[in-house]
Amino acid sequence: MIGLVFVSHSRLIAEGVCRLAQQMSGDDVQMAPAGGMAEDETLLGTDAMYIMAAIESVWSDDGVLILVDMGSAVMNAEIALEFLPGEKRNRCTISNAPLVEGAIVAAVHAGLGDTLHDVNVAAEAVLNARKIVRAK
Amino acid sequence: MAQEITLGQLRNWLILYADRVIAKEEELTRLDAAIGDADHGVNMRRGMEKVRERLQDPNNPCPDISALFRTVAMTLISAVGGAAGPLYGTFFLRAATSPNDGTHVDLAQLARMLRFGLDGLKQRGKAHIDDKTMVDAIQPAVEAMEAALASGQSLAVALAVAQQAARLGMEHTIDIRANKGRASYLGDRSIGHQDPGATSAYWLFETAAIVLGSPASPSNTG
Ligand SMILES: Nc1ncnc2c1ncn2[C@@H]1O[C@H](COP(=O)(O)OP(=O)(O)OP(=O)(O)O)[C@@H](O)[C@H]1O
Ligand SMILES: [Mg+2]
Repeated sequence: MIGLVFVSHSRLIAEGVCRLAQQMSGDDVQMAPAGGMAEDETLLGTDAMYIMAAIESVWSDDGVLILVDMGSAVMNAEIALEFLPGEKRNRCTISNAPLVEGAIVAAVHAGLGDTLHDVNVAAEAVLNARKIVRAK
Repeated sequence: MAQEITLGQLRNWLILYADRVIAKEEELTRLDAAIGDADHGVNMRRGMEKVRERLQDPNNPCPDISALFRTVAMTLISAVGGAAGPLYGTFFLRAATSPNDGTHVDLAQLARMLRFGLDGLKQRGKAHIDDKTMVDAIQPAVEAMEAALASGQSLAVALAVAQQAARLGMEHTIDIRANKGRASYLGDRSIGHQDPGATSAYWLFETAAIVLGSPASPSNTG
């Protein structure tokens, strides 16, 4: 079963998303938040080393899907992967999915035992979902 | 025989850069408040304070140029929470991989290091020239240095033209619209504001011209 990591500039957002996602999959799926700076929880920002530690903490040979908010979250997730040994790096994917909805869908599909690829496809598909359908 | 820059001068350059960033934190804050989230000053000050502390630690000297740049990179990557951390971090990490003689570089090697750094930074942020980012200061500076090298100019001249190009690039960010980073959320309303990252990047070349352009006792004050 794959693991999930949630990266946000805000510790509260990453932890909140993690709780929302856990509600969908129970304890079956390993998931970890990496929000804010590891060194100082009051600082908004993202932290490559913290992201790397979160990936290691949920590690499974089935892989880890990393959901991110924006800007440095993406860049620091990339750096975290570059610092991982090659055989692990190849089993990690940074998702294009939006963080909140993507986390919910990823938790469901990870809990069903889907592959890393399939979980990411399902999570990214929420980009096409419309919340409000407006009359033209 | 080509003029050379020593490991000690490169270290002094980075320390002077740290001094500059720390002294001008508020200018970066003000620029980032206008078109971003007002944290570029704090981010850079925190990062460069740690860099300065590390480079001034007498018990832990960097033995060669690659180690110096790697140390700066790792410090910025772990201390800076915003985009500037991974971007400047990647810049120095990649510069560290460029061929050098360990404890000194000539102009050709310096230009090559900065080119490596620029290419790494662009890969990391996916920004191009005129996206209103730090690339708009760094790329013209590296190109100007390469042109000076190709036409056989001295080290001091190459550093001076690089500084000038970085300054013009920084100023040009006022006139353009942001396509990358938080400022891009403002769309056309980002026009008229100078990019904070281009400003901190300009100081890198300004301090380089001061410290690396003068072979005699490198200055440690602004
Ligand atoms: N994708 C990018 N490529 C190159 N430079 C960028 C990119 N994104 C931002 N920048 C530069 O970074 C500067 C802002 O740095 P800062 O430390 O404030 O990060 P930030 O934008 O607040 O990061 P984040 O949005 O991740 O929190 C900008 O002024 C710009 O020069
Ligand atoms: Mg900012």
